[in-house]
Amino acid sequence: MIVADRKPLEEILNSIKDYKKIMLAGCGGCVTICFSGGAKAVELLASQIKMARKKQGRDIEIVESTPERQCEYEFIDELKGEIESVEAVLSIACGVGVQAMNERHPDTITIPGLNTKFMGYPIEHALWDERCAGCGDCVLEWTGGICPIARCAKKLLNGPCGGSSDGKCEVDKDTDCAWQLIYDRLKKFGKLDNLTAVRGPKDWRTSTNAGQRKTKFEEAML
Amino acid sequence: MKSDSRLEKVLTAGKFAVTAELGPPQNANPDAIKKKAQHCLGNVEGANITDNQTAIVRMSSIAAAAIAISCGVEPVVQMVCRDRNRIAMQSDILGAAALGVKNLLCLSGDHQKFGNHPEAANVFDIDSVQLIAMVKAMRDDKQFLSGDPIKEHEPRLFIGAVENPFADPFEFRVMRLAKKIAAGADFIQTQCVFDVDKFARWMELVVAEGLHEKVYILAGLTPVRSHRALQYMKNEVAGMSIPDELIKRMEAAGDKEERKEEGIKMCLEMIEQVKKIKGVAGIHLMPIGWESITPVILERAGLLPRPQV
Repeated sequence: MIVADRKPLEEILNSIKDYKKIMLAGCGGCVTICFSGGAKAVELLASQIKMARKKQGRDIEIVESTPERQCEYEFIDELKGEIESVEAVLSIACGVGVQAMNERHPDTITIPGLNTKFMGYPIEHALWDERCAGCGDCVLEWTGGICPIARCAKKLLNGPCGGSSDGKCEVDKDTDCAWQLIYDRLKKFGKLDNLTAVRGPKDWRTSTNAGQRKTKFEEAML
Repeated sequence: MKSDSRLEKVLTAGKFAVTAELGPPQNANPDAIKKKAQHCLGNVEGANITDNQTAIVRMSSIAAAAIAISCGVEPVVQMVCRDRNRIAMQSDILGAAALGVKNLLCLSGDHQKFGNHPEAANVFDIDSVQLIAMVKAMRDDKQFLSGDPIKEHEPRLFIGAVENPFADPFEFRVMRLAKKIAAGADFIQTQCVFDVDKFARWMELVVAEGLHEKVYILAGLTPVRSHRALQYMKNEVAGMSIPDELIKRMEAAGDKEERKEEGIKMCLEMIEQVKKIKGVAGIHLMPIGWESITPVILERAGLLPRPQV
């Protein structure tokens, strides 16, 4: 899932300071699960904004809406009527949702209320960890199912750097060294051989380095 | 000979080699390099010119190396993967060789979090093992990473790598060394050895694998001036092993001058200890911010004058 954090209230207030009526749009997908952008988050943020604006003596009207997903046309096209009644949309979906809204409702500006962070999952209640960097050329097959691109601060492909200590990463003592995890996992499955060959340089064209990426599912093409 | 490097000549002649670190300044003053080069001149096989170490911006290692060469000191140019992609690295490798650099040490590089620009994007387009293989292919196969040929004047570099025997997983450290050798490393400089026992255990594994016959291993040694330096490294630097008795010994040594002397003595003892370990082909001195002590330690260790090759 996509994990996002809410922007600081001050930043949000500043970004909507020119408007008297906005839509606050949540998303029923990933950000509902990570608490930053679901219907409840919409309700909470709307009341925070209203209180703050009331204090400033500049009341604001907020239309609350949480489509099933902001990243699919069919769910956001339904918002057309409501969006036409507001000056701007504050979206607390991920960056994909914000862009879909701007694309499908081009006459109204949609502003982000979240900072989209990564693809990952909760490792315990209310704590999410990054797991995938979307590099476009998955290496999990030979790394024991642990991603060094997303989880090693240096994206190393040939084992841990000299900063791996007691299973932790030198960059953050609360973060596991991905290569320690990979080593332990391959050892468990008797596949340490996977680490003895020199892995050549990665082709980053499948990652973000070749510009915007597209993918086509031929069989489903009409 | 793979290169025309003095370090290579000394090592292949079977002599105990000495290298020492020479950190470039955080400014554009060539005299800072010239002054430090005097501590190395005639005293070491190669002076390691660090590459923005601990991710703090300093004079370019290749520029500083060119200044060192002008002073008669053979540099070991350090190159990290943090700041440049494969295009810039290959370009700099050609440039370094053109300026007369004969030794290149390949490293991943300290993460930018530890430096003075923690906001910076890091690169890590390739990692240190891939960098070693790239330099070797440029030298031996006369080709760029793309496969394009280097039609003439390929860079003739003696290829170095580092290994940290004190980082984890301990068992993987020997495997990683083997990978670096397979990739093309000619010599290895280790992380600072303070825990000689642990280093010796690691060397036993290295020797058991026969790796000491495939690569020249230089033990990294750091003379310290105070117990605080040791405490700092123990607490703040990941992947360091510093026995408490060394800290106590330094603390008990007396005043500032006496502690300095104790630091020198400790380093001399360690030189003697690592010399006796099978597979150790030399030492690499890293007197962090105390380069003037290099000739003093080498003189007292009986490592001067350096052999004629």
